[in-house]
Parts: sequence; C-alpha cells; structure tokens
Amino acid sequence: MPTSPSDPSSQEPSVPGPVVPGPAGLGRALPGSADCGPAVPDLAVVGAGPAGLAAAVTAARLGLRVALLDAGERPGGQFYRRPAPGLGAVRPESLHHGWAAFAAREAALRTHESAGRITYFPAHHVWTVVPDGGRWTLHAVAGPEERSVSVGARAVLLATGAYERQLPFPGWTLPGVVGAGGAQAMLKGGLVLPGKRVVVAGSGPLLLAVAGSLAAAGAAVPAVVEAASYTAYAGRLPDLLRNPGKLAEGATYGGALLRHGVRLLTRHAVTEAHGRDRVEAVTVARLGGDWRPLPGTGRRIPCDALAVGHGLVPQLELATALGCATRSGEDGTVALELDAGQRTSVPGIWSAGETGGIGGAQLALAEGELAAFSVAGRPAPAALVRRRSRLRAFAGAMAAAHRPGEGWTGWLREDTDVCRCEEVPAGRILEATRDLGARDARTVKLLTRAGMGWCQGRMCGPAVAALAGETSSAAGAAPDRRPLSCPVPLRHLAELPQHTD
Amino acid sequence: MPKRSSLDAVIVGAGVVGAACAYYATRAGLRVAVIDRGSVAGGTTGAGEGNLLVSDKEAGPELDLALLSAGLWRELAAALPHEIEYEDKGGLVVAPDEASLEALRSFAKGQRAAGVTAVEAGAGDLRELEPHLAPGLAGGFHYPQDAQVQPAQAAARLLAASAAEGALVHLGEEVTGLVVERGTVRGVRTRTRELLAPAVVNAAGTWGGRIAELAGTTLPVLPRRGFVLVTEPLPRVVRHKVYAADYIADVASGSAALQSSAVVEGTPSGPVLIGATRERVGFDRSLSVAALRRLASQAAALFPVLADVRVLRTYHGFRPYLPDHLPAIGPDPRVPGLLHACGHEGAGIGLAPATGVLIAAALSGAEPPLDPAPFKPDRPFGREPGPQGQQP
Repeated sequence: MPTSPSDPSSQEPSVPGPVVPGPAGLGRALPGSADCGPAVPDLAVVGAGPAGLAAAVTAARLGLRVALLDAGERPGGQFYRRPAPGLGAVRPESLHHGWAAFAAREAALRTHESAGRITYFPAHHVWTVVPDGGRWTLHAVAGPEERSVSVGARAVLLATGAYERQLPFPGWTLPGVVGAGGAQAMLKGGLVLPGKRVVVAGSGPLLLAVAGSLAAAGAAVPAVVEAASYTAYAGRLPDLLRNPGKLAEGATYGGALLRHGVRLLTRHAVTEAHGRDRVEAVTVARLGGDWRPLPGTGRRIPCDALAVGHGLVPQLELATALGCATRSGEDGTVALELDAGQRTSVPGIWSAGETGGIGGAQLALAEGELAAFSVAGRPAPAALVRRRSRLRAFAGAMAAAHRPGEGWTGWLREDTDVCRCEEVPAGRILEATRDLGARDARTVKLLTRAGMGWCQGRMCGPAVAALAGETSSAAGAAPDRRPLSCPVPLRHLAELPQHTD
Repeated sequence: MPKRSSLDAVIVGAGVVGAACAYYATRAGLRVAVIDRGSVAGGTTGAGEGNLLVSDKEAGPELDLALLSAGLWRELAAALPHEIEYEDKGGLVVAPDEASLEALRSFAKGQRAAGVTAVEAGAGDLRELEPHLAPGLAGGFHYPQDAQVQPAQAAARLLAASAAEGALVHLGEEVTGLVVERGTVRGVRTRTRELLAPAVVNAAGTWGGRIAELAGTTLPVLPRRGFVLVTEPLPRVVRHKVYAADYIADVASGSAALQSSAVVEGTPSGPVLIGATRERVGFDRSLSVAALRRLASQAAALFPVLADVRVLRTYHGFRPYLPDHLPAIGPDPRVPGLLHACGHEGAGIGLAPATGVLIAAALSGAEPPLDPAPFKPDRPFGREPGPQGQQP
C-alpha cells in the first residue's frame, strides 16, 4: 500500500535526540536505572516493516532500550522491499512511493544501533511470545542455519503486518499465476517481471500500484480487473476528502495507467486461467453486486502471466496465541482490537500497522510512532493522533469497498483446488459442510486437511472460511490460531530452558 | 410439533461419543436426534489423536470397555467409509531400564488375564519393530490390538451413517435448558424450540457437567488440557504407536502437575504426531512452552531422528475427566429420563463404540454386553483439588 511522498509529518527527525521517558507507560524500571547485568530491553518490536521500524526508532528516540526482531534480512518489510545488494540496483527508490520516509528511519535505526539503543535482529522469525515472570520472552528461529534464540523484554509491540488474500479460481495453480503482492515483490526485490504480458486482477488499491510498476518496468498490462466498483467509495466521501494525499496518489496511479494504455475493468473478475504448461489466457467475466459472475459475460484475454490478489489479511498468530482480543474488519478480515494508544487487550502487548486492520504504509508509520509514545508513557503529538484517525477512516472506507462479495464462490468448480498444499478441491470442502456436519473452517480442516500443509492455511484460509459459511455469520470470521507462527525445529523445543512457563 | 411421539431420545453432543450413541441407537431401531451447539467433532474429538488403545489401561472395567470397543471398531472399519483411516498398527510400549520393564511385565500380566494380547519385545526385537528407536532401551511390549482412526472423520461418518438411517442432526443449535416435568426429563430446549423425547443422553464431553446442571443434578466433569505436536510430513519413520512406560502411570495419576510422556506415531498423510501432555489448568487456551519442551525432548529421546525435523503446528484440547478416571455411562437414577455418556478423558475415541452400545441397550431395554455398574453416573466421587476452570 502506497505512501504519499509529499507528507512532511511522516518524516523521522534527522537528529534523533534522546528524551527522558515519562512516568506512565511501562510503569517499571526506567532504562539505565538500577537493573544489574545486561539490561533487559524495555521494548521488543516484532517486525521491521513500516510500523515496526517507525516504532523502534521513535521508542529509541524517547529513551527506551529496544530490541527489533524481523524475519527479513533487511529492514523494510514487505512494503519497502529492495533488490538484494548483489543485483546492483542503482536506484531502488524508483519503484517506491514514500522512499524518503523509509530512508530516514533506516538511517535512524543505524544511528540508534551504533549508540546501543536498538539491538537489531534480522532474519529472526519469532515463533511465540510467552509471559515470563513479569516480562516477556520471545522465542525465535534465526538465520538459514535455524539457530534457537530467546529475547526478553518488558513490553512487546507486534508489527507483524499482513499477507495477501487469495481467492481460488479454476487454473490458479498454473505456473505464471502469481500473487499481486508477489509480483510487486519480485519487481522490488529481484527486478524480475512475472511475464511480458501481465493481466492484473483481484481487488484492492494494490492492483493499481502493481499495474503501474509492471507497466513502468516494461511489461504490457492488457487489463486491470477489479472486482469491486470504485463507486463503492462514494458512500464514504467525507473520509476520502479528508485524505487529499491519498486521492492524489490514486490520481497518480490512474494517470500512469492511462499513459501506458492500461484498461481498468471494475466489477469484473478473472474466473479462469487457461493454459497447459503455464498460463496462456484468462477468462474475464462481469460480476453482479455480490461478486457472482454473470453468465454469458466471459471473454478471453491472452497473456503469459496473471498477478492476482484480493487485498491483505492481518498476520495475527502471535497476538491470538497471547489471547489478544480481535474484531471483524470492514474488509471481512479479522484484526486486533486496539485502543487509542495502540494497546491490545493484553497488558504489556502493543500492536501497530496492518494487524489493527489493513490501512497501508503511511498509517503503519503513524501507528508505529503512536505506539512508541504510548509504550514510553508520553503524550503523543496531537498532529500525529489526528493523522492516524484520518488515515484509519480512509482505510475503513477502502476496506468496505473491497470486501469480497459472497458470490465469488460462483466461479469455483468442484474440481478447483482450494488448498494447494494438500490438494483439496472445492468439492471435498462442500461435501464436508453439506454432508458431514462442518459448520466452520476448523472442522472443514479436520475433515479435509485443507489448511494443514506447509503454509498452514495462510493461502486457503479465507476461501475455506467463506466456503464453510463463516464470513457470513453474524459473529464474523474466527481469528486464525497458529500457536507456532512458523515451522520450528523439534530440537529448539526440546532445548528450551527448564524455567520457561 | 409431532416430536413428542416421534423421538425416542435426544443426544446432546456431536462428538465421537454422541455420534456412536446415535449410530447404535439407530441400529437398535430407535429414533434419535443429535444436537450440538457447534460442528461435528467441535470439542475434544477434533483435538484428539484418534488413539484406540488397550495397552495403557490396567485390568479393570475401563479395559473391559476398551476391549469391547476394539472389536466394535474393527466392525466399524468395514462398515464405514475408508476416510475414517482405521489402522490396526499396534502399540509399542518401551521401557528405558530394567526396573520399568519389570513394572511393564506385571502390568501386562493383568492385562493378559483380561484378554489383551501383549508380547514382550527384547532390546533386539525393538529395533526390528521400530528401526529408528533410540539405542539402549531395556525392552518393551508389543500390543497388536492398539489401533488408530482419524477422529473427526470417525465422528462425522458415524453421524452421517445414523442420519442415513433416519437420525435427525441439528448442528449449530445450543441446548439452553432441559424440559423437566415432575422431576423427569422430557426433552431439551434451545433458543427457538423444544425437542421432546422420553430420554436425553448427555454426550457433551468436557461440557457434560453443565448439561447435568441444567437437569438439576451434578456430574463433576473437569477439563484436563493436552498438547499435541505435529511435524512436517515425513516418510514412514514411526510404524506403531510408541510411548514410554511412564505414560501408563500418568493416565492413572491424580496429580494436577504437568505430566507427560510422548506418544509418537506416524499418520497416513505423513506428519508425525507427538502427544500428549496432561495438565489440569481449567480451560486455559494459552500456549504452554513447558509442555512443548517435554513433548519434544521425550520424542527426540525415543526417536533421535526427529530432533532435526520441523514442528509445523501444535494444538491442544481439553479431555473431559471424572475424579476416578472412569466415564459416566448409563441412566442417572437421580433424574429419570437423563442418561450420561461422558467423562472419557483421553480415551473417548477408543471407548465411543462400547459407550454407544451400552447407551443403546439402556434406551431399548436390551441386555448390555458388559456390566455397566462401574460407570454408574451417581457413584460417589471423592473431592479432589485442582482448578475448575471457567466453562467457555
């Protein structure tokens, strides 16, 4: 999700000066106080994307001692993804909006790191956070050699971001079909195009950004196929008008697409990908108001790649394992319930960015900073608070407009694989709900193995929940529970310290 | 509503026990309805490993029930679709040293007298039965009657088979009260209706105490938490259900502290399952790192090759247990019309068919295949300490 390059309030001040923490916040020993031995960090931040990075450098500036753990090799997360140094990219920023906001924070991270205020742990995948005698212990799998690492902290900020929502369709497992976010990542991280002629499809503002990047990098984009209608935004006009930066950004994308001759088809979806060894064409059909494909409206568009995604899903497993309360988002996903200070319902655990509801990098930056003030027990600047509210409202409007309609299952066939890890077709899932008494995604999983494979349901979870009728229930979808947020070598578990728990 | 005349019993709970009660009652010619607030297998059944064990039970009423069930599961394996993944793989109980092997010998002696096949395996035999077992074990016992099913599928297929024979299935409908007339149970009440029948079967598992309460009586069913680890898919490295001898002591134990001994087994789809811890912590759903550590270290001690595989996920469930570790099966003399079929602790999958047969016999007035007296729901339960937990 894009940030506006022109917004001064998202910039980290260039000289990070330490500030004495206020009295509230952590409510425990202040950094540098009488604790003996190597001090336990005041704050552990999980995730070095926009929210986590902003939180870490702001917290350090406010005088907290910070541990920053991130699964990636370099800071930036999914959004500020860059080519590996070996690829010799001269201007990685050319693929990014809001690069300056990131660059300033990355520089601040390095400054705080060398001053010993931030300990940065790249390539550390945190698999669980557990209470440990009044503080928290974070257990991580580190590096390609899968070392076992534990980090203690007085408070934890979860900035674990989001992953792409995929809705299956016939042919979606063909080579050449990639995630829209994946296509963007290929471009940003490896300067690789998924094909020469790439259809971009699904739903959400990311599609326009992806199409723009692909076209700018030289791919032909015969169409951007958006399932929602942009007129759906009209109902939330005030929220949109309060976010001129976001509108300008939309106009920028629109202009870029026009320049490259890209057609935007709204209320349409790719209902099938065709091809033998890889995708050769897609069928695009008109959708009814509930996203049900309208019979007789399909037409083929030749292409050699398809970049498809239906928005993002908050990545919550660490938070739900801790028992943090959740809410149903306007886009049909489950997000964390957070207060004005970015606190979760579990004392000592904060969260910022996409975990509180999908809202983009700008919002993530603002929330990361807010969370840092809150953890440090200091009042947040009024402008920052206003900015966050404004961006949250915009995110809500966007989420509502791109919420998948229930009719999308109309483009599935009985033999369409829904769970690709375990190769479970839609027909088996329908059998489980119709004949075998499954009324939720958990039971579908138990009866069909959908979601039990390597990705642990990140890919098929939203689709299985929809087929199980969960998203249409009054209570909304249940949050994913993955007590281990990534695969953990058995040896790590066996060698955990005895005193744990 | 014509329900009063048409139903013989309402079964509360669509776990494997409720499904088995429905299956055998329907086969006995009774017309039943199964009602559950959630999905099929939504409680402890869905969190189980599908153990059908005789090996871990000492001679006595529970072993008799398990042996009856073992035979019934073999019949069910032929009658139900193959998706229940019945596998008579056998169990292997290993002893790390001569002292525990000696304890196993006397344990097995009692079991044999009750009809269990238990074959002593020397240190050399162990390697033949399980080539990847750690070296240095003193020996063990092979129990060919131990078997496995996929528990959610087993419950779903039992229920579907009952429905095909006329049982009614109401899922996603919570029982909010019992219909009681002059001290006699006459049916159940939900938010929208009453289902009337001369008998109500409490097969609510861990929540069985609440149904008893709704009927105006008590049944001290408590939750006992257990964790299971699931590895990445592997080729067949574990052939039997393999566990260390101290597991048997755990099952009979009344201690609230964490006890575990890893039960390690392969599954048809590849992952190795490692279970199961036993803790009495109420309905606490948080992750216990200590439990994971014990499971992992014991599994690696049994099968060193597992140390380098990855654990993909872990899950937990709440076993419904009664203070004397025996289930409650049969009519409740305190409340006419109420029957119980719950409190099976970690053995509900294994004991479900025998429970269903006993309940069907009680409902139809037929001769039960074994003496149900030890499972009487109104037997005296001694009080024991331990957190009760909030019922969610």
